[in-house]
Amino acid sequence: MALELRNVTKRVGADLHIKETSLVLETGHFNVLLGATGAGKTSLIKMMAGLDPVASGQILMDGQDVTGQSTQKRNISLVHQFFINYPHMTVFDNIASPLKVAGLPKSEIQGRVEHAADILKLRPMLHRRPHELSGGQQQRTALARAIAKESRAVFLDEPLANLDYKLREELRDQLPELFAGRGAVVVYATSEPEEALLLGGHTALMEDGRVTQFGRTAEIYRDPANVLAARVFSDPPINTAKIVKQGDTARMGTDVTWTLTGAAAGLADGPYMIAIRPHHVSPVASPEATVTLSGRVQVTELSGSESSAHFDTGSGSWVSLAPGVHPYRVGEMHDFHMDPSAAYVFAPDGSRVA
Amino acid sequence: MKTENQKAWFFVLPVLLLVAFNALIPMMTVVNYSVQETFGDNLFFWQGLGWFEQILRSDRFHAALGRQFLFTFLILIIEVPLGIAIALSMPRKGFWVPVCLVLMALPMLIPWNVVGAMWNIFTLPDIGLLGYFLNHVIGINYDMTQDPLAAWITIVTMDVWHWTSLVVLLSYAGLVSIPDAYYQAAKIDGASNWAVFRFIQLPKMKTVLTIAILLRFMDSFNIYTEPFVMTGGGPGNSTTLLSIDLVKIALGQFDLGPAAAMSLIYFAITLLVSWLFYTLMTKDDLN
Repeated sequence: MALELRNVTKRVGADLHIKETSLVLETGHFNVLLGATGAGKTSLIKMMAGLDPVASGQILMDGQDVTGQSTQKRNISLVHQFFINYPHMTVFDNIASPLKVAGLPKSEIQGRVEHAADILKLRPMLHRRPHELSGGQQQRTALARAIAKESRAVFLDEPLANLDYKLREELRDQLPELFAGRGAVVVYATSEPEEALLLGGHTALMEDGRVTQFGRTAEIYRDPANVLAARVFSDPPINTAKIVKQGDTARMGTDVTWTLTGAAAGLADGPYMIAIRPHHVSPVASPEATVTLSGRVQVTELSGSESSAHFDTGSGSWVSLAPGVHPYRVGEMHDFHMDPSAAYVFAPDGSRVA
Repeated sequence: MKTENQKAWFFVLPVLLLVAFNALIPMMTVVNYSVQETFGDNLFFWQGLGWFEQILRSDRFHAALGRQFLFTFLILIIEVPLGIAIALSMPRKGFWVPVCLVLMALPMLIPWNVVGAMWNIFTLPDIGLLGYFLNHVIGINYDMTQDPLAAWITIVTMDVWHWTSLVVLLSYAGLVSIPDAYYQAAKIDGASNWAVFRFIQLPKMKTVLTIAILLRFMDSFNIYTEPFVMTGGGPGNSTTLLSIDLVKIALGQFDLGPAAAMSLIYFAITLLVSWLFYTLMTKDDLN
């Protein structure tokens, strides 16, 4: 099973909400759509589900054109951010609803519903109504419906966004396992880069109605194709700065310079942009971190085992993320150390050059 | 800790007074009449349950009650499905929503006696738009002052015209309260339009539909003004519904005792049917 988009666009009035997009989503691993709110993840899912019309282009399932086919005929499942269960039906009937509609025999419905309920630990709740369940149980009911249906494609549209932290971690760990070996194409939309990394598989980075990069999640993270991809796939936000290359020297602002190595050294002289992840900017000096940035600390955050600091060098704002607890004082100058070999280098138009 | 005092009575008191004057006192007067015989001059003789027995055994009452149930059954069986169908086909958003709503509300805004007079004139064979058309253009003999069937068709059609809107508006209110997400979920489940209606729309409309049917039952069971203006209960007794018969006995024949007994029986039937229906419809929700 494969789900393919060929030059698909979506129009709302005169606006092009989804710009020409082509993707091949395959079974066997998660396909993550990663992008900020409004990037077009839900729009793309709704088109694949047949809930919203496609302005141009084709959608294919298993090589068969389904562009004009109604949602009812596509045999898909969709789990929303908001727990959508039928309020007047029991959990059992909710999970069974697509199977009943499909006209399966009673015994098979019973078996499939109980199997899905066992996987999602809903067995004791089968006779309750959705309003008698917690948020996590409601979302598990929605997931159980998707599993029981054994559809060709499963769309999970930020399914964990409205759950509390603990439950989110627990369900996120279970998700890949739940859908493994079911032969369905799983599409998972999220706005959290961390989630994409944890779920693995392939990731399509989305920005402003277009897919900026698509490939194996780990590769995209390590190797962003352009500055947008680097930005989307970083939390806290990636640091960017303008540099000027002259010979093998990079100059940032007026007084920070370093010697370029590797691919960056071979570039033509001129202006470039670098992007460097916050964890490569550290308050602790090390042999690799050859560039020192002095800045006034503006905001600090301590999250258990990591400390982050936002600081201003006078020419730009930076974020540092380092393991351990560091005694920052807000408003005072601190030295931060950057490893320039970890920086991505982009041409002024945003495309990656080194 | 909760402090208990008797203050609440002061809040209930005004309502109690109002209900006493517009319901309890008139009703007790009726009860009073129903067990006594009077020849005027405020002279009363104890009658016991005699009037009730007389009414319950009277063929005239049985016939009127039968006609009443038939009328109510006919208008419910037409208005409820028709109202739901119209509500389903009304737009959910956009420019036409207020237009449809106002058009729907119009019949209900017309005073009942005017509705009766309108339909009376509308169906007159010689000058009425519909009556003339049926008799002189199509050639069907249609005269509700002569033909009981025509009279029945006319009062039922009139009621459908007048009150289907109530079912429409209440059903529509139930329909628009269904979030789009449920329709999407149903599409994804692969549900047909019928399944969407049966498993999503109908359950969501159940509460408002219960109210709509209850209101239409009570209203049609007590209908008086429109048939009184249109047919006056005729031709013969063919459209003499319970309320029309009651007024004939009470004010026409001035048989206050039997009329009082009849109105109490009438009231009890309305109450019993409403209670039964409501209890049955809400039984599931209580569990």
